Amino acid sequence: MHADSTRFPENVAAARRDATLLGALDRLQRDSRAGRIETVARLPEFETLRDAAKEIRNGALANLAANLERFEENVTANGGKVHWCRDAAEACEAVARICREAGAKTVAKGKSMVSEEIDLNAALLGAGFDVVETDLGEYVLQLRDETPSHIVIPAIHLTKDQFAETFRGAHEELPEDRSLEEARAIVAEARGALRDVFLRADVGITGANFLVAETGSVVIVTNEGNGDLAQSLPGTHIAVTGIEKALGTVEEALTLVRVLARSATGQEISAYTTFATGAKRGDDAAGPANFHVVLVDNGRGDLLAGPKREILRCIRCGACQTVCPVYGAVGGHAYGAVYAGPVGSVLTPALNGLEKSKHLPEASSFCGACEAVCPVRIPLPRLLRMWREDAFQAHLGPTVRRWGLFAWSTLTAWPRAYRIAGAIGGRVLRLMAMGRGRLTRLPFAGKWTGGRDLPVPEGGTFVGQWHGKRGK
Amino acid sequence: MSAARDDILARIRAASPGAPVEVAPGPIPARGKGGPAELRQRFYGGLDAAGVSHATVTGWAEVAGEIERFLRELGASGPIVASDDRMLDPCGLDRVEGLRRGVPDAGDAVSITGTVAGIAETGTLMVRSGPDIANALHFLTDTHVAVVDAARIVGAYEDAFALLREGGAPMPRNVTLITGPSRSSDIERILQIGVHGPRTLHAVVCDAGRAP
Repeated sequence: MHADSTRFPENVAAARRDATLLGALDRLQRDSRAGRIETVARLPEFETLRDAAKEIRNGALANLAANLERFEENVTANGGKVHWCRDAAEACEAVARICREAGAKTVAKGKSMVSEEIDLNAALLGAGFDVVETDLGEYVLQLRDETPSHIVIPAIHLTKDQFAETFRGAHEELPEDRSLEEARAIVAEARGALRDVFLRADVGITGANFLVAETGSVVIVTNEGNGDLAQSLPGTHIAVTGIEKALGTVEEALTLVRVLARSATGQEISAYTTFATGAKRGDDAAGPANFHVVLVDNGRGDLLAGPKREILRCIRCGACQTVCPVYGAVGGHAYGAVYAGPVGSVLTPALNGLEKSKHLPEASSFCGACEAVCPVRIPLPRLLRMWREDAFQAHLGPTVRRWGLFAWSTLTAWPRAYRIAGAIGGRVLRLMAMGRGRLTRLPFAGKWTGGRDLPVPEGGTFVGQWHGKRGK
Repeated sequence: MSAARDDILARIRAASPGAPVEVAPGPIPARGKGGPAELRQRFYGGLDAAGVSHATVTGWAEVAGEIERFLRELGASGPIVASDDRMLDPCGLDRVEGLRRGVPDAGDAVSITGTVAGIAETGTLMVRSGPDIANALHFLTDTHVAVVDAARIVGAYEDAFALLREGGAPMPRNVTLITGPSRSSDIERILQIGVHGPRTLHAVVCDAGRAP
């Protein structure tokens, strides 16, 4: 991951000057709001299903160790192998080893956020494998050496023209007079180029939306069909995923399927929901002879043990990103992290350390839109607030705020002092405004007043008015 | 490696101690329930909404004729490959020109497969791999024709899995719920059909009693 969360303030400033990005974000938030209202209305049981989905994920976390053991048992019984990896380095090494053992040259990759998290492509390219992303959005990002800016719409920050321009630069066999003006032509170009990759690939890598313990199945939910080709044509299929994904039964997965696409893209269900169970059977007509599941912990075990455990319910639908006013104002890249938006601001400090990502929990107005749309009802604002508390305890915030909060908390413990200070404060602000009714600059809050004026309080304090009214 | 396994499981056990918790799956939505006629209507509606064309025939021997008609109308040309699925045996596919049965390759334009079930709740097709069906048949060609037995149109996804597991049959290597042709909105949120999988998906529903 070549991004950096410490530069969040600078990234925000740059994003706000990027008209192309802001246009794309406006389009995303406008379209998805309408789409979501429509699809949610078509399923009257949606709210009940969200409650069930939350309980299914809670149950999965409570039974996680048993689910994972049973999952492994069933994968093994069906000719596959499970690899347990504590961190990114172990996971990348496991995948590289499997590729080496398969004698692989070309690796076709389906979309996987965990593979982004562990920076798998860099590791495999470094080990000499030709890794090609096959999801349309991920493919264009790989050609541009960029990272996804949204969990389910990875190239949301790019325009059609940028797709076309990228293919012109990368596809040497593309005739100069072939128009890539329409999205359809761009898709056809990618389909042709990636077809060859699927056919020559020795290994196919996918992620997993869910793991099913009772059958040993890896479930992927996709729209393009690339994940299915990647796990059907090459001789080896590797699924890379987080340990938190293991469910008990097929039925649990099906309930989650009913809420996933609706929350992610506003669809009833994605085009393809595929259960992959073990390797090609002895008498099967075709399929991968080798099947591996690489299970990645990478900080999840610690999250499970701590107060922010509820974030592990996440099914990576991206709804909290799509709906978030902060995400909508700055885009995914500004966060400088694999997972952007509210979910990312909770996950990233756990993955990369709070010191390096202290700005992210601040990137929220606590408006609650994320929690309102989350299909598994994760209390995202509450978890973000916990990180702010942790940052305060660890002295990671600005000193001015520390003193400010100290002064405020001291005053609130003494109501009389609080009232007097409030009355004085109001008077001082009025004096500073010199009769203009508003302040254009305020000491210690220059950034805040940089974008707006502070109206000066009028008509005395609330408590003063309250007593006045009661007196009448 | 096994040290990592022990570490990870120990950490999880410490974080989630206690006896296993009972987990209940969610409710089946009302649209996944109903009588056969109702489910069939909803299935067709779901196919329409998902962009799947469909035709109904009343005898297995008529399936091949319907497929020929459809491919003519579509203007499809090129090799046709059908699965070895027993469900297709009585369909008279031998008469379709340019058709062979077996494993698909990159040159094939059209694939024909059977289905495990049609699912009313979202107009979804359940397909599987096996000794008789190469999984790529569902994804590799430009046009996929799926034959559906009307007697196996069920209400909910769960009902389709119940059919799949009938008689304690083990999970095939691949089972897919297909809802419409391949699609993407990765470019400026504009819906595009046929990114890697089939651009055209056609369902032929045979209403002639239980398939062999």
